[in-house]
Amino acid sequence: MNKYSGFGLLKHGLSYHENWQRAWRNPKPKAKYDVVIVGGGGHGLATAYYLAKVHGVTNIAVVEKGYLGGGNTARNTTIVRSNYLWDESAHLYEHAMKLWEGLSQDLNYNVMFSQRGVLNLGHTLQDMRDIQRRVNANRLNGIDGEVLDTQQVQEIVPIMDCSANTRYPVLGASWQPRAGVARHDAVAWGYARAADALGVDLIQQCEVDDIITEDGAAVAVHTKQHGLIKADRIGCVVAGNSSVLAKMAGFSLPLESHPLQALVSEPIKPILDTVVMSNHVHGYVSQSDKGDLVIGAGIDGYNGYGQRGSYSTIEHTVQAIIELFPIFSRVRMNRQWGGIVDTCPDACPIISDTPVENLFFNCGWGTGGFKATPGSGHVFAATLAKGEAHELAKPFSMFRFNDGSLIDEHGAAGVAH
Amino acid sequence: MFYIYCPYCQEHREEEEFHAAGQAHIARPADPDNCTDEEWGDYLYFRKNPRGLHHEMWVHAAGCRKFFNMTRDTQSYEIKEVYKMGEQPQIVSEQDSIARGTA
Amino acid sequence: MTQNNRLSSGGRIDRSQPLTFTFNGKQYQGFKGDTVASALLANGVDIVGRSFKYSRPRGVIAAGAEEPNAILQMGATEATQVPNVRATQQELFDGLVCQVTNGWPSAEFDVMGLVGKAGGSFMPPGFYYKTFMYPQSMWDTYEKCIRKAAGLGRSPRENDPDIYDHINQHVDVMIVGGGAAGLAAALSASRSGARVILADEQAELGGSLLHASESIDGRPASEWAAEVIAQLEACDNVQLLPRSTVNGYHDHNFLTIHQRCTDHLLDCAPIGQARQRMHRVRAKWVVLATGAHERPLVFANNDVPGCMLASAVTTYIKRYSVVPGERLVLMTTNDSAYQAAFDWAESGRFVVAIVDTRAHPGGDVIDEANRRGLKVIAGSAVIEVKGSKRVTGVSVSAINQLGDKALGPVKHLTCDTVASSGGWSPAVHLSCHTGSRPVWRDDVIGFVPGNSQQKQLTAGAINGTAALSTCLQEGFQAGREAAINAGFDTVPSISLPKVDERHIGAAMALFHIPHSKPTSRAPKQFVDFQTDVTAAGIEIATREGYESIEHVKRYTAMGFGTDQGKLGNINGMAIAAKSMNKTIPETGTTIFRPNYTPVTFGAVAGRHCGELFDPKRYSAMHSWHLKNGALFEDVGLWKRPWYFPQAGESMQESLNRECKAAREGVAILDASTLGKIDIQGKDAREFLGRIYTNAWAKLAIGKCRYGLMCGEDGMVFDDGVTACLADDHFVMTTTTGGAARVLEWLELYHQTEWPEMEVYFNTVTDQWSTMTISGPNSRKLLSELTGDIDLSRDAFKFMDWHEGTVAGVPARVFRISFTGELSFEVNVPANYGLYVWEKVFEHGAKYNLTPYGTETMHILRAEKGFIIAGQDTDGSVTPIDLGMDWCVSNQKPYSYIGKRGMNREDCLRKNRKQLVGLKTKRSDVVIPEGSQAVADPNEPVPMTMLGHITSSYYSACLGRSIAMGMIRDGFERMGQTVYYPQPDGSVIEAEICSPIFLDPKGERQNV
Repeated sequence: MNKYSGFGLLKHGLSYHENWQRAWRNPKPKAKYDVVIVGGGGHGLATAYYLAKVHGVTNIAVVEKGYLGGGNTARNTTIVRSNYLWDESAHLYEHAMKLWEGLSQDLNYNVMFSQRGVLNLGHTLQDMRDIQRRVNANRLNGIDGEVLDTQQVQEIVPIMDCSANTRYPVLGASWQPRAGVARHDAVAWGYARAADALGVDLIQQCEVDDIITEDGAAVAVHTKQHGLIKADRIGCVVAGNSSVLAKMAGFSLPLESHPLQALVSEPIKPILDTVVMSNHVHGYVSQSDKGDLVIGAGIDGYNGYGQRGSYSTIEHTVQAIIELFPIFSRVRMNRQWGGIVDTCPDACPIISDTPVENLFFNCGWGTGGFKATPGSGHVFAATLAKGEAHELAKPFSMFRFNDGSLIDEHGAAGVAH
Repeated sequence: MFYIYCPYCQEHREEEEFHAAGQAHIARPADPDNCTDEEWGDYLYFRKNPRGLHHEMWVHAAGCRKFFNMTRDTQSYEIKEVYKMGEQPQIVSEQDSIARGTA
Repeated sequence: MTQNNRLSSGGRIDRSQPLTFTFNGKQYQGFKGDTVASALLANGVDIVGRSFKYSRPRGVIAAGAEEPNAILQMGATEATQVPNVRATQQELFDGLVCQVTNGWPSAEFDVMGLVGKAGGSFMPPGFYYKTFMYPQSMWDTYEKCIRKAAGLGRSPRENDPDIYDHINQHVDVMIVGGGAAGLAAALSASRSGARVILADEQAELGGSLLHASESIDGRPASEWAAEVIAQLEACDNVQLLPRSTVNGYHDHNFLTIHQRCTDHLLDCAPIGQARQRMHRVRAKWVVLATGAHERPLVFANNDVPGCMLASAVTTYIKRYSVVPGERLVLMTTNDSAYQAAFDWAESGRFVVAIVDTRAHPGGDVIDEANRRGLKVIAGSAVIEVKGSKRVTGVSVSAINQLGDKALGPVKHLTCDTVASSGGWSPAVHLSCHTGSRPVWRDDVIGFVPGNSQQKQLTAGAINGTAALSTCLQEGFQAGREAAINAGFDTVPSISLPKVDERHIGAAMALFHIPHSKPTSRAPKQFVDFQTDVTAAGIEIATREGYESIEHVKRYTAMGFGTDQGKLGNINGMAIAAKSMNKTIPETGTTIFRPNYTPVTFGAVAGRHCGELFDPKRYSAMHSWHLKNGALFEDVGLWKRPWYFPQAGESMQESLNRECKAAREGVAILDASTLGKIDIQGKDAREFLGRIYTNAWAKLAIGKCRYGLMCGEDGMVFDDGVTACLADDHFVMTTTTGGAARVLEWLELYHQTEWPEMEVYFNTVTDQWSTMTISGPNSRKLLSELTGDIDLSRDAFKFMDWHEGTVAGVPARVFRISFTGELSFEVNVPANYGLYVWEKVFEHGAKYNLTPYGTETMHILRAEKGFIIAGQDTDGSVTPIDLGMDWCVSNQKPYSYIGKRGMNREDCLRKNRKQLVGLKTKRSDVVIPEGSQAVADPNEPVPMTMLGHITSSYYSACLGRSIAMGMIRDGFERMGQTVYYPQPDGSVIEAEICSPIFLDPKGERQNV
């Protein structure tokens, strides 16, 4: 792998950019791998990268039905934070956060991780109690966080309407300065390039249509384009489509796949430096380095695999944004789109072994997937390498839904996204 | 945005009057106290979540407040049928029709 | 400056209405009927902006929604600023103020342009992924610089003075596009009696008919259009919406139309008028007649001002009477573009040459060109443009048949305008919005709509249809079919008018004009102007392995501009395909998403902003609360009095006073917001037993009982008191925020699990006003207001309820207590609520009756250890965890909701968090709510947390602070000390105790 650098860029500029190497190969699949990872999104690619880098397992294929990073990795609002309430989630997301800090250098690919801070607004007294509770828990868990009052929020975001005249006045916020945003596509591409360089086969346009089991153990995936690919272990990281894959292996998951929508404004000159999220009015917004206001909507209530949701959800989201930022009323919305999020009843992911031996699932991230990408890949790689859950992944077993040991991030409010 | 026929009101109404209420035809176990944790967990949380035909419940929340069933394609979002509580769907996917029989 | 490029006659502008406008601080004149772009071109303004990445000067390219360059900042005042207005779509009005969005000190002389020139070759696509990484600590600084270059226009800094409307419409046939096909469709659909909406984005209906060269029934096409429009206007069943863009096509034939009501008149709508309106349309059938966009060709320096679409040249000449230059070179792959040269020549300016990429072009247009004496250079292409701020000339070379090689020799032609046409891309955008993939057709050289699951027909150029007669025919047919499909059986067919049109010759599939140098070394050949994506950039992307068209798009940013790639995407796909030796259909297309063109956020939001963001719910006594200085708390949609400060009081002083009044005298709370559900039917009692965790079988008529409600997982989700009115009639109360959810919960179980039960539910929250009179003097006070209810201790026992009158108004009075004091909850019909409330105060004055709000209510109940569902619980707490075993029955025969759940392994384990009381070591210190407990305050981070404080107050009555909180294994740790580390580094020490701080035996209420 040729290292990317400013100097390299100059050099290539002088040769008219005719000599750039491929970021990754386009290999034909082998008959058998040590590990097959189903799903070439951020999480799957990160899993492959850490399997190869940390655990020395390089005989790996990532099979992807479309193109790399084309699912939720390409569709999210790029927010990264780790200020989750419960210890189990907080440790997992903070693990991810630490990997984010330094990821560009680790991958030699600038993922543009920008720690511009995230505000979670509180609009009711109960919101503020929940924020206090969460920030206190974060601090004692070693995660940065502060509770801000209205005045402090206003100082950080001068353009927000923090007056008492709104329908739900801003009473305060939690503030995580280390949180921020990253360039979503670059995360997938950076992991793909780095994994490829370690020998991982990235196989695009390769759709798994069956999981083959023998005596209760998974032995291969069957693909539409390349037939059977055998594997000692199989890891499924197919956000949105997890239930479909599980069904192939003969079991079901505690998941529902919902549309989650997002939208952007036209690019405007920089005006919003931080990420602002409000659960109460249901909207969140940041401004990208291109100038777009990137706005997230709430989940649509029905199950849907259509990568689109209902217009009324978009309307409510835009209303929320104008409630917070009345000055954006004349700015214009450019594009909207949707992803498919598989949501767990307790709003926490599943990183788990399954009823089928040698088959592992990493799913159920709901709206929290992107921010966890490095951490998710890191612990899932360990899980796949050792055949048993990484310490941080243990609480996220799918079997928690049978014994009742849920990790209810819903209860924590203020952290649905 | 869906346009939903409420089988009780017998009218098409906008989606905003309704809430989706999850997978249909999940019967509460007759004797919960004799369910194992596993069985109870299955009842509570585990779902079919199909890509394709889905039998689900909706409630006409801002209308007649009635729950009803809907068969809908979760990929195309086409509503194939709506039917009242206690009724069975006319349209079922192949796998479902094999697996049913008792339900 | 005068309008040098304006012709002395012709066009559709109104020369009797001259308008003055300001561009870049300078005044110009145009006419009514101009767009900002046509007026700028009339005045000879070449540069309308600087490009995003390379800061290259840019001019107007197109005449409609596909314009990528003429993106302006508009607005005469701060509050009326609009960023990114497309000059080709904005109608001119008197006093309009606009300017370019980029360029310093000006777009003419932009410093960044030098950087773009020098650094352009070091900014390939994705260069930022490859650099700015080292050292890690510098990224923040790098990013600040990158960010400086962000954005086009700017957001206003003041609030929008305008309002926006929504209107819901139900129609039989919705027609999108008011060109030939759309008008034809509307005409035939309207004859059936169907309700029809026809929407078009432009100011004037008619589309290309307004500048077409064809004649219909022997008259100019525009006359036919005018006649049809007049006919449609006369139809009651037809709504014509010009200036109205169908921006989104959603599932089940739901479409949104973004109508600009006043943007063509003024900066800001006249008072009382909406600036814009969103039509939310549910259509039985839809006809898409959205037309097509012309593709420019991709050649070296094709972005120099003076390079335009051929059709735009025609539009500016014919509609606006503006010729945007003196000397034209036209390059085309097809016949349609020749019209631009004819129009140019007709306006008396010079056509240097028509450069046709086809070796043997042969349509009627060639004959006409010859007849007009225009020079046609066949089998050749403009391979490069000269000039920087305006075209000064072109290099023309012969090319091979495949169109991938410049054969030379290179000739130079002097000109100031280069029009190009690579053919037409059907405007398939809307057809893609609900997930349908467009299909490539080689004969069209474009994507046409694919199969759709929507009830949708298409007509005209969107189908790749070029001939006007066929467009009309398709329109008539689609309109008729749509009406029939929508249920109208008598749809008279309309005979096709006679169209005089040219025979059209075959077009050449060419997108990227070869240069004598390889693409990587040739001057920049722009594909997407707004995002500065070049042909070389696309080749780099595929070279680097970004082979999926989505990867190409995302890596290069192609199509991410505000024009969403209307001009460039197909060219880009073709270039990507060619570089990978694939066909375009193999490479595939990206999917278009809403919006078709950008939509004002305010229009999407409508009136649901500010005060109207959410409904507000008030109790009947709200006006009294306002008059008496209450501060309010938002609970759900309700505005509840929080506390009633008196002059000069701090919040704590108010609370102290209110609490003491309730404990020592008498105080009153407006409890109207609690949810109230009327439950009737012979099985109502059994139903309650299944829904609540405790027993209801023996609750006698005239009695009340507190109940806990759990989910099937055994976790508490609501609570409240339910009264037995008759054996088959109960009234349930719920939490304020949980009322709607509880009602739906009851309905769910009744309708799905136990339909055989005879029980009915209805919300009566709004029917009753509820006032809780609490304190030692409450009986005395209430007795003054009722003659027919015996309030004595023995006649009206704790947890009894009685019916009677209060202040002469029929009332239900409950002797229940959330404060621990003697307490009566008076319910009267809501219409009498304020009257009774005031009567109570009339009589209460002598007892110093004190109103209190939610905060005092919280303190009083916490002194008694009563929970608030949603504050002391969070969805992970069972009744057992709350120490409320007394409220859980194990005797009930039916396995009530929550029973099985709370007996799962994890709910039964030791070591669960449990709700306990906490007394701080220093009695004046109130532990902040949300504080987390630890056993060892010196443990290093991450610390082991035991649980959090759920409720915490200073209790004036107890003279100390009190708190409730979750503590791991709390019931077993009574008397132990825990620590609450605070953000400021301090630690609050507290002892675990019973949560009942006051009157544990319940004697105070039993008087």
